[in-house]
Amino acid sequence: MIEHIELFFKSIFIDNMVFAVFLGMCSYLAVSKKVATAVGLGAAVIFVLAITVPLNWLLDQYLLQPGALVWLGPEFAEYDLGFLSFIMFIATIATMVQLVEIVVEKFSPSLYNSLGIFLPLIAVNCAILGGSLFMQSREIETLGLAINYGISSGIGWFLAILAIAAIREKIRYSNVPAPLRGLGITFIVTGLMGIGFLSFGGMLTGDDEEVKDEQKEVVVETNEVEKEEDNQIKIVN
Amino acid sequence: MGIISKKDTKLIKDPLADNNPITIQVLGICSALAITAELKASLVMGIAVLFVLGIGNVVISLMRNIIPSKIRIIVQLIVVASLVIIVDQVLKAYAYELSKTLSVFVGLIITNCIIMGRFEAFALGNGPWRAFLDGIGNALGYAVILLAVGFFRELLGSGTLFGIPVLGDPIEKTGLYSTGYENNGFMLMPPMALIIVGLIIWVQRSRNTTLIED
Repeated sequence: MIEHIELFFKSIFIDNMVFAVFLGMCSYLAVSKKVATAVGLGAAVIFVLAITVPLNWLLDQYLLQPGALVWLGPEFAEYDLGFLSFIMFIATIATMVQLVEIVVEKFSPSLYNSLGIFLPLIAVNCAILGGSLFMQSREIETLGLAINYGISSGIGWFLAILAIAAIREKIRYSNVPAPLRGLGITFIVTGLMGIGFLSFGGMLTGDDEEVKDEQKEVVVETNEVEKEEDNQIKIVN
Repeated sequence: MGIISKKDTKLIKDPLADNNPITIQVLGICSALAITAELKASLVMGIAVLFVLGIGNVVISLMRNIIPSKIRIIVQLIVVASLVIIVDQVLKAYAYELSKTLSVFVGLIITNCIIMGRFEAFALGNGPWRAFLDGIGNALGYAVILLAVGFFRELLGSGTLFGIPVLGDPIEKTGLYSTGYENNGFMLMPPMALIIVGLIIWVQRSRNTTLIED
């Protein structure tokens, strides 16, 4: 349970998809001019990540990892299909996005219209492929953790695009120098937000510190015992 | 100027400044920011994108009349993914340390908007030679920005260029360090890359006022 909570907060604040690893920047910059569209795109990203990361985890676990094909038969134990990861991941992502598009068009035509071209563009959003690739490189252990990682990375991206959209709406009324207007100031503001998010880096180290303290106490006790013995030896002498 | 006509040299020169893929077209930002803490990584990433975009553009251009419009995104993705797999395997074989630094960003070249963007905007409508030049031009424009950001980040952040110390030795306090100068470790953190690109955009738009947005 603890590792779920830890992964959840770590993916939203410390390894934030936008501020720590810069994934999904293109659509982040393009869609963040209004809060309403930003919310729609953010929700779509959370949804697609929540579906594709666990699916790709299953693919990775049973097909792509070294030795994953053991379930087919013991002679397959040495096969390593890792090099096919890119094609398989992008194939599942493209398929799932197509499915999501069909479902959204059927059940919520207004959302479909407001998202416009951005829904199919999510397929090539680096945040989606990046989520699956980071899941693979960080060796997430269980399906539950994979679902957790997908949802929390999506929430992190959603937070980032919501914040920048709100700031961009307000900054149009400020005296930004002409060459910086629009794109330039967005980059700088995003950088400043990234610096702010760095402050979350100390959030999850509480447990580690307690363990270190216990070890220190043990060391101190043995030293004192040794010193007493030394004193006794001196008196005898 | 013998083999390349004047119109074609424009294909290479434009993306270097006026139509730069990162700062003007706003494509390919993700990988531009994340790996530029070292100049070596920036250079390798630039070369990788050059390879993928150059060859990809040619392949798509050669196939442009036979790809059905409904599945063209999937065909593009397959072409790019295959080329990136080649790049990734070559990197893992010949430069393992560097492939660890670049980690997932080599894979993310697949979703690099510059590549899909150029496929859609140019390769699907032009012949192979021009598509090749366009690919080279855009990849060079991308590499120029990557090298610029990497230059400042590595110089100010670790005092080295390509791993070679240029400001003196920080531990023995020779060169510039003897005056009390310290490395700005903050430059190696991700947010500074965003701010440096913002400043580059500022410089670019001041020199070319037609690019200013309202």
